[in-house]
Amino acid sequence: MATVTIRDLNKKYDGGFHAVKDVNLEIRDKEFLVLVGPSGCGKTTTLRMIAGLEEITSGEILIGKDVVNDLPPMDRNIAMVFQNYALYPHKSVYDNMAFGLQMRKYPKAEIETRVREAAGILGIQSLLERKPRQLSGGQRQRVAVGRAIVRHPEVFLFDEPLSNLDAKLRVQMRVELKRLHERLETTAIYVTHDQVEAMTLGDRVVVMKDGWVQQVGEPLELYGSPANRFVAGFIGSPAMNFVDVRIARSETSLWAEAPGLRIMVPPERVERLRNHAGKAAVLGVRPEALHLAGGADAPEHTFDTSVDVIEPLGNEILLNFRAGGAPMVARVDPSVRVKVHENLRFALDPLRVHFFDAQTEAAI
Amino acid sequence: MLIERKWKKWFYFYIPMAVFIVFTLFPFYWMAVTAFRPDGELYRTWRQANATPFWTLEPTLEHLKGLLQTTAFPQWLWNTMLIALVSTAISLVCGTFAGYALARLKFRGSEFLGTAIFITYLVPQTLLFIPLADIIRDMHLGNTPWALMLTYPTILIPFCTWLLMGYFKTIPKELEECARIDGATRFGAMVRIIFPVAIPGILSAGIFAFTLSWNEFIYALVFMSSAELKTVPVGVVSELIRGDIFFWGQLMAGALLGSVPVALVYSFFVEYYVTGLTGSVKG
Repeated sequence: MATVTIRDLNKKYDGGFHAVKDVNLEIRDKEFLVLVGPSGCGKTTTLRMIAGLEEITSGEILIGKDVVNDLPPMDRNIAMVFQNYALYPHKSVYDNMAFGLQMRKYPKAEIETRVREAAGILGIQSLLERKPRQLSGGQRQRVAVGRAIVRHPEVFLFDEPLSNLDAKLRVQMRVELKRLHERLETTAIYVTHDQVEAMTLGDRVVVMKDGWVQQVGEPLELYGSPANRFVAGFIGSPAMNFVDVRIARSETSLWAEAPGLRIMVPPERVERLRNHAGKAAVLGVRPEALHLAGGADAPEHTFDTSVDVIEPLGNEILLNFRAGGAPMVARVDPSVRVKVHENLRFALDPLRVHFFDAQTEAAI
Repeated sequence: MLIERKWKKWFYFYIPMAVFIVFTLFPFYWMAVTAFRPDGELYRTWRQANATPFWTLEPTLEHLKGLLQTTAFPQWLWNTMLIALVSTAISLVCGTFAGYALARLKFRGSEFLGTAIFITYLVPQTLLFIPLADIIRDMHLGNTPWALMLTYPTILIPFCTWLLMGYFKTIPKELEECARIDGATRFGAMVRIIFPVAIPGILSAGIFAFTLSWNEFIYALVFMSSAELKTVPVGVVSELIRGDIFFWGQLMAGALLGSVPVALVYSFFVEYYVTGLTGSVKG
């Protein structure tokens, strides 16, 4: 059993900077949890506190049932993979991987078996005699992972392990890490600023900003029902479109209004938006919830605009335009043929619109 | 490299380079020639028809022989070697630990301490030898090798500390953090991971310290009085300049022999030396 429990965790630096604020997390056994957020959001600091590399200002961290606040890193039974790999430059690949076991006084034969086994899993058997400087980025990455897995720790910690790799290799290593996790069934906590990595790797994803946890959830849950405007904008690429609107009341329903845009609030949402009538709000629409209007689309869910930039990506086309005073992107099928500056009518999928409070930015 | 016109390369590169090389190496050449020049040629004026100031026609080993037989030169060489080695060792041990502490451990006043150590390095020896002489006398160390072995580190430790602090700062912190997660204590991580990685820096500090002690003059002149306890720089100057007579041949032979060990040390470690001063760890 290796759950990790974080209770009211805070980190204040000497200069007064409050990096991590009241973080509460319950990481399940064998779970792959990803901490994601922009730089300076406190995700790495949180991870380093779990590792024991950073002092805890207040709160508790438990690994299994034990409070580890005051344990040195070596006694926490964790392994960590660093962004710059942190391979020992003067040691061979074999010795890099064996070091943790040697420090723990494992018998030589056992070390040998474990290192060879890990090297086999990662496909680096042929590199064991080399020095780190003779390896490519991807190989170094594998050695760093290998060094972590030989110890059979209770928890893996990853600090942006893929961000020094080129884009193609990153995608490949992402899949390998996922596969490795399935195979090893060890609790893993993974820090990244890349939301795609977060979504593909995480069983659950924690979105952080300015030291606060914004939302914890499964990837599709974050995508489908973001808790606030920040999460909505951070998860997904291209990002969700936001339009500042005013909620207006008519006899029968509520309308979201902005210059050149008037959308009827779907009946399912009316209940929760009623209190906002007459006030400002933010309308959020994902690019794929927009399409060119056809006969089936109700006029109260459409608007007119003209496209100014077309990005044909092959598997999809991104159409850029302005509506309601805000720049917007629509993701449409590659078979769609449109020309720049053509006047078009777009429709939005009424079940996939989001509303956010204009002040608190929380989802309504 | 960009393609340039040929004359430009000559004008901006080869010619200045040649001037520089001649300028730096000529004194060594002059020293070597003088060491092997017979006295007859040495005291001949340049106006004489057969003067050959830049080379010698009858090289002789007479000065070398004189140096080794009539003076305590071998003894001086041994003294200098011993003193330089011991003071370098003391300084390296202290400098390595101090440099590591200043680079890595966060403690109140660590920055002030770093600056303070550097400032002590700036105090000129020509002032420092006065109070030091007092201390040496009080501790009854005068005229023993310990007088130099213990006073040289006063200049060398600040230097080594400063150089190594800079070097340790270039080593990624993660190496150490990883070692500590892997099961090493802070001390273990320092000794097993950081020191081996810092070898180029430690070697450069060592070479520099060794050279400084080898060439040191003032302390050696003040604290040592017996001829057989002197170091090479002091011995050569004090024993081979008698009154207003300069034994040029033997002086230069002494200088030549005295610079050989330093040159050897440099040539062995020159590659480490460069990376040590530029401070780079390629992972």
